[in-house]
Amino acid sequence: MTTMTDSDLEMLITQASALTESEMVTRALSRDVLLPHTGSTAVLITLDNGHDHAKPNVLGPRSLAALNAAVDAALLRDDVAAIAVTGKPFILAAGADLTGVPKITERSQGETIARIGHAVFDKLHSAPVPTFAFINGLALGGGLELALHCHYRTVSAAAAGIGLPECFLGMLPGWGGAYLLPNLIGPDAAVTVIIENPLNQNRMLTGPQAFALGVADALFDGADFLERSLDWAGQVVAGTLTVQRREIDRGEAWDAAVARGKEFVDQKVSGAAPGPYRALELISAARTAERADAFAAEDAALADLLVSPELRSTLYAFDLVQKRARRPAGAPEGALARPVTRVGIVGAGLMAGQLALLFVRQLQVPVIMSDLDTDRVQRGLGYVHAEIDSLLGRGRISADQAHRWKGLVSGTTSHQDFAGCDFVLEAVFEELETKKQVFAAIEQHVSDTCVLATNTSSLSVTAMAADLRHPERVLGFHFFNPVAVLPLLELVRGESTDDASVATALAVAKALRKNAVLVKDAPAFVVNRLLTRWIGEVSRAVDEGTPIAVADSALRSLGLPLPPFVLLQLVGPAIGLHVAETLQAAFGDRFTVSPNLKALVAAKRPGIYDWTSEGKPYVSEQTQQLFVTGDQPSTREEVRLRVLSALAEEIGLMLAEGVVAAPMDIDLCMILGAGWPFHLGGITPYLDREGISEKVVGRTFLPPGVASLA
Amino acid sequence: MARESREVVFVDGVRTPFGKAGSLYAETRADDLVVNCIRELMRRHPQLPAERIDEVAIAATTQIGDQGLTIGRTAALLAGLPRSVPGYSIDRMCAGAMTAVTSVASGIAFGAYDVAIAGGVEHMGRHPMGEAVDPNPRIVAEKLVDPSALVMGSTAENLHDRFPAITRDRADAFAVLSQQRVAAAYRHGVIQESLVTVATRSAELGWGLATADEPPRPGTTKEALASLKTPFRPHGRVTPGNAAGLNDGATAALVAAEDTAAELGLPAAMRLVSFAFAGVDPEVMGVGPIPATERALRLAGLSVDDLGAFEINEAFAVQVLAFLDHFGIDDSDGRVNPYGGAIALGHPLASSGVRLMIHLARTFREHPEVRYGLTTMCIGLGMGGSVIWENPHHRDAGSPVPSALPVQPKGGAQ
Repeated sequence: MTTMTDSDLEMLITQASALTESEMVTRALSRDVLLPHTGSTAVLITLDNGHDHAKPNVLGPRSLAALNAAVDAALLRDDVAAIAVTGKPFILAAGADLTGVPKITERSQGETIARIGHAVFDKLHSAPVPTFAFINGLALGGGLELALHCHYRTVSAAAAGIGLPECFLGMLPGWGGAYLLPNLIGPDAAVTVIIENPLNQNRMLTGPQAFALGVADALFDGADFLERSLDWAGQVVAGTLTVQRREIDRGEAWDAAVARGKEFVDQKVSGAAPGPYRALELISAARTAERADAFAAEDAALADLLVSPELRSTLYAFDLVQKRARRPAGAPEGALARPVTRVGIVGAGLMAGQLALLFVRQLQVPVIMSDLDTDRVQRGLGYVHAEIDSLLGRGRISADQAHRWKGLVSGTTSHQDFAGCDFVLEAVFEELETKKQVFAAIEQHVSDTCVLATNTSSLSVTAMAADLRHPERVLGFHFFNPVAVLPLLELVRGESTDDASVATALAVAKALRKNAVLVKDAPAFVVNRLLTRWIGEVSRAVDEGTPIAVADSALRSLGLPLPPFVLLQLVGPAIGLHVAETLQAAFGDRFTVSPNLKALVAAKRPGIYDWTSEGKPYVSEQTQQLFVTGDQPSTREEVRLRVLSALAEEIGLMLAEGVVAAPMDIDLCMILGAGWPFHLGGITPYLDREGISEKVVGRTFLPPGVASLA
Repeated sequence: MARESREVVFVDGVRTPFGKAGSLYAETRADDLVVNCIRELMRRHPQLPAERIDEVAIAATTQIGDQGLTIGRTAALLAGLPRSVPGYSIDRMCAGAMTAVTSVASGIAFGAYDVAIAGGVEHMGRHPMGEAVDPNPRIVAEKLVDPSALVMGSTAENLHDRFPAITRDRADAFAVLSQQRVAAAYRHGVIQESLVTVATRSAELGWGLATADEPPRPGTTKEALASLKTPFRPHGRVTPGNAAGLNDGATAALVAAEDTAAELGLPAAMRLVSFAFAGVDPEVMGVGPIPATERALRLAGLSVDDLGAFEINEAFAVQVLAFLDHFGIDDSDGRVNPYGGAIALGHPLASSGVRLMIHLARTFREHPEVRYGLTTMCIGLGMGGSVIWENPHHRDAGSPVPSALPVQPKGGAQ
């Protein structure tokens, strides 16, 4: 490849360093070691930022400069038989330092960063002596790419967190990964690592998995990983051990792998996020590309992406999930939280069963479920036991653990048995009077400070608490279905709810490993209100005469997880109708109660769609006949604009009403509770950049630079 | 129930390179040193199924921190041995690893074990001798033991007092010999074959790799030693040059019933003949090897003349010389510590017993004409430990001892 001169590299590093003034520099500590089996010296470079494993090494410009200097120094010597790179305990490197990315305003700045990485790492490839990476732990993104440039790699069986997560963050492995990995492990496995894993909740590899895929040439136990790695490296250098790598199919399999990746990405983001598509182009080209050309293409792709709006939205969303989700806005002092050592669940239906299981698994305290009669209680307990048995059967938990959990869950038909509970959650029929009665009955038996929580999705928490002796301990604790999967918990503060109860509920949420967002007691809170408005607008278009297929695919270009009518079908038309009616009653006609939806519910249809034997949705003759539609069809684009405008309007109103503290909380709710994608930033960054917010509410929701190019 | 005692063999021993306290292993954990040794033993003997190990006995003098938590058990777990393999800790100061070997050997002879791992560790950098000790005030109040008995260097000076014929000059000369013998052994690859490399952590320098002992000073001369100060007494005789230093290191050995070793195809490097521990005045703990050896010889039915090889720990040159004088052996006798000893290599207290055995096993391999050998060491608080081994490479190995009658005990040693 066209090698960059040292002075050019130095200049680029100086330029890039200006973006990360407060870079936590990862030092590259060189030490001579006697390489076993050779009698010669190897230079062992340790990446170490001087902090413990809680602050992983990252590679900013100054860190790359340090590595560059270390490699240069080793290459200048003629007594060095090999160069090896490893990391401080448990960490190789967590990738590029992203703190400077928000400061990038021009494409050339991104290209500079890409070129620095290539120039430094390539020295490990072009070195005249063998180079090794000993992947001792976390190796993500640039950390793994550094290793890929080396001639050989070992990996610790104890390592976790190995991968190329760039596509998860709207970027791509642009420091060599997109070219080197497919050429090392083959295109199909590379598509798994570069595309599929990042887009599947950012899945990562363990050491043994990385070894099995061929990412590393040797796998050694954690106990003496570095010793064995150096011993192995010595044998390689001495020529007594020959490294075997698998043959890569460079024929049709290459195209097939890329096509598989394309299909997967389409299904995940429907063309809405450029990162994975650009990555696929590079993987495709990696089959025949020259190294230098491939790296130049990576530079260009990374440079484009680093100034793309999707990337800015993604980084904004990632930051929300990493930080704001862990420290909810408006949270009271954590020290106010009361201990929760016994939990009551009112109701033993399916939702209650899921909740009981979650509490038992995560809190590991006694959980008591109640229902009206013994049969229902037994069914609820039966569900929990069956789920525990299933975990046991799949080897996910030990028999002892299963015994412990089963012993923790019990059932009753008497509210008396809630005595001693610190936290009671009701999941009974969604009707205000019923819930009020339940709380009033329970209040007779629990302490004055026991939190009474409701899993209501649309009823007023304040109204529910109104007639209790201690309304200050009532709050909403709204989970999303499926409970085990969606991380959001809308924590609803009623008018009388006190700080200690909120703090207790937040502590419980954290122990349940859910992300709580504090919301005001307003109809349907955040997620259901926006989803209902969204589905309502699409339904309205259909009622007016827009073909179902056109309306349902109008927002396809956003890359949402599900089209609106498919979501409606999952929720169930009856529940959808109920929430729509509630919201129409609360807010008036901007929430539609579609007559066609009513007809669907009346006919007891499970939804608009039926499914073909191949799993494709279609609208059956029978359903079609239920629909009465007008003669004013809209185009797909018209529907899109209408729906987005409705969402912008609703968000503007919610912020004005103080339903949440800030637009960031709306986005967090939609990401964690509805699975809306990072590349939209949840939703407000997308509405801002499409100009919808400006048109509908007269301003952008977020200031420039927060989720967009500054 | 009728019970037959079983023969016990030393299969193999390995060790980490020894470091100077506060240097090579300053940021490396003691338990990790042991783990490296155990794993190396398992790697060297793949024919031994890990679940066949019946015990892991690891010695440490200071059993706190990374040498605490029942290190025999934790090291076994950390080394990845099956959870079914038990382990425990041992403390007999300097003779920890030696006691680990004799303890598991006793268990094997009794039929309780087939195969065991025995070893020791001392990270004197992390755990200086005497760390967190709390001597009973009666020791001073009732003059049970002279306070000098708790300072090993002072006991060595006391030993010079007892044996005036052992001069500083002789001690220094022996120290030079030890350095020369270690240097020669390194030149011939003798030392290296028992070492397992250790990754050494340093927050400031990055990872390194320990591949050789740190303490040896190959060019040491008598002149240089003569200039050293005597830290334990003004104008005394004991110097850092004629004593072992403060060191970090670990050792481990595979010990097995002879029949089990044969069954599994494990090599026998040495065959256990007898062992003995003996108490002496704590103020002159260095004479401990003398009565211990006499007792071991008596138990074996052997005389000192039957011993063709000696591995005596060099805690202090004076203590080796006292032993040699007692048995009438010349200071520079080639049968004694032929590959050097602790003065050059270092003496990480509880680990050294197995280091002596590793050297004796090597001598046995090199010298099939030697039938019996001795490993012996002095022990703090006034003790000595001795183990007599038979060379399986000798043509008469396994047949009855040369003299049919027990040898008469010699006169008192103290």
